[in-house]
Amino acid sequence: MLKTHQLEYTYPGKPPIRFPDIHCEKGSQWLLLGQSGSGKTTLLHLLGGLRKSQKGSVSIAGKDIKSLSSEALDKFRGKNVGIVFQQSHFIKALTVGQNLQLARTLAGNSSDPERIKSLLTRLNIGDKINNRTHRLSQGEQQRVAIARALVNSPGLILADEPTSALDDENCREVISLLESQAKIEGATLIIVTHDGRLKDFFEHKIILS
Amino acid sequence: MSPFSLSWKNQTDRPLQMMLTLLLFGLGVGLIALLISLNTQLDEKFKNNLAGIDLVIGAKGSPLQMILSSMYHIDAPTGNISIQEVKPFLNPKHPLVKLAVPLSIGDSYKSHRIIGTTHRYVDSIFGATVGSGKLWEQTYEVTIGATVAKKRNLAIGDQFHSSHGFTDDGINTHDHGDGFKVVGILNPTNTVLDQLILTNTESIWAVHDHEAADKMPKEAAPEKEAGHDHNHDHEHNHEDDHNHDHDHEAHQHDPAPLAAARPLTDYPDKEITTLLVRYRNRKGFQALNMPRNINENTDLQAASPAIEMNRLYSIMGVGTDALETLAKIIVLVSGLSIFISLFSSLKDRKYELALMRVMGASKGYLFFLVVLEGLILAVLGYLLGLLLCHVGMTVLSGYLEDAYQYEFSGWRFFKEELYLLFGALGLGFFAALIPAFQAYQTDISETLTGN
Repeated sequence: MLKTHQLEYTYPGKPPIRFPDIHCEKGSQWLLLGQSGSGKTTLLHLLGGLRKSQKGSVSIAGKDIKSLSSEALDKFRGKNVGIVFQQSHFIKALTVGQNLQLARTLAGNSSDPERIKSLLTRLNIGDKINNRTHRLSQGEQQRVAIARALVNSPGLILADEPTSALDDENCREVISLLESQAKIEGATLIIVTHDGRLKDFFEHKIILS
Repeated sequence: MSPFSLSWKNQTDRPLQMMLTLLLFGLGVGLIALLISLNTQLDEKFKNNLAGIDLVIGAKGSPLQMILSSMYHIDAPTGNISIQEVKPFLNPKHPLVKLAVPLSIGDSYKSHRIIGTTHRYVDSIFGATVGSGKLWEQTYEVTIGATVAKKRNLAIGDQFHSSHGFTDDGINTHDHGDGFKVVGILNPTNTVLDQLILTNTESIWAVHDHEAADKMPKEAAPEKEAGHDHNHDHEHNHEDDHNHDHDHEAHQHDPAPLAAARPLTDYPDKEITTLLVRYRNRKGFQALNMPRNINENTDLQAASPAIEMNRLYSIMGVGTDALETLAKIIVLVSGLSIFISLFSSLKDRKYELALMRVMGASKGYLFFLVVLEGLILAVLGYLLGLLLCHVGMTVLSGYLEDAYQYEFSGWRFFKEELYLLFGALGLGFFAALIPAFQAYQTDISETLTGN
């Protein structure tokens, strides 16, 4: 599903960061661990096609994403990659349901209200569909973010420190949701974190030094 | 979710800023539309009322004032002229003059002027038709314009007393006899005719003769000759009317010759205010020389309405230009307000833009989204502007009608307003360009990591 080969990224005026080769099977779940500054977020952005590496390659579902044009990459990412960020950001002017709808239309899918409703219900926030996102609690917001990452049924879900802002209870809940929902959707899950609380949840680990 | 509804929601999410921007933009558009409407309607009315009149002959004074008072019924007349003086022009066999219509001006009823004239004023000059009743025939019979009938609630058979002068202050009412009697109402012409009360010349004389007879003993003699030197002074002009009429009255004191249907030339020592002249051949050499001949060789004054109105336009034009410049500046400022509104909102929404890129939006999509927001603001501002303009025009038309003796419509639309829409769209587009380009250049990764 996801393959990297001799991936290397250089920030201007800094030594290059080399990343170990990654090979994730379809449906597998991974934890990407490392200290701050080890390039975790950079790697996640490279994997999601938000940044282009100077060296090496990333292929998702057999497609070398470096070969795509900017616009094609945007579309490809929208359809095949769902990303959950450390802090959940939404389009403020839209409701929860409309945010998910937008995620679908931007990826080129139909808005499919049934899918949105069932997804939110599965995540226990079905009653928040018409709420504005900034009215939700942090835990609820993170769940909406997960729903948004899942809404287009992508093959790959990337999560960047999804739990660092949450308390223990919410942390456990969000992680188990990510795990179970990715399983239901059959998506490959990669969680980037330095959160020690997550260590025991996943068997596959990539450690950056 | 369509780009349009997304842009719309982004705007309406900040209602206060949106309203402020729209108000500013709407004011600019409204002011320009108002100027267009006002200019066009004024221009139109002035042109309509030229009514094919080539020359106005009256008492010496300001030619513009004479034109305004005789053609547009705005200003006070310059004075009176005796029929003896204009007798040649009233001759139907005059080689240059095809039509000469006398006007006697000086009285009014509730700010509508009462004009003593002939039937030619209605049918030949304005080409107006009688809506109900008939044209006046006997002395004291009047036919009224459509607006007069409507505004003063006058119907056929109604009677009223005129007042001296043009203001409705109730002081100078001619409260004698039966007063005027309405015998007909004209169809609307969209000219100044709608605002006038028409009667025969004899009626005007009769009113003043009657009055003069009452006052004569103490006033007539000493002021008899005062009139001729005071042509420039409006107040005195009214007095002129009196004095001369007193004069005649003193000698004649006989209402019988005032019976209708006798040509004006039968009363050489009576007076009228002006004569409206239409040439037989307006391009003829002699016709071109006629005004100068009159001005140089007689005590009369002749002026061409077209020339005088052009002179007035060139004077007024400066004021209109200044207003137009002001309106343009306001529009520029309001364009700037769209720019600032978008720019600052995008600053707040930087993260949202990056997020949309993550979700699959292309750079071009973000560009389009921001331009769309600018266009939405421009169109709404434009609509608000038109509303302001037309409501404003409706309010303004009340004042303008009093000042210009015309009806102005607040709900007439001009094709210039369509051009204004394109202008507004262009402005909205240009105001959105820089913010849109900024959105286009959003770096996803940098923005998301907060750099």
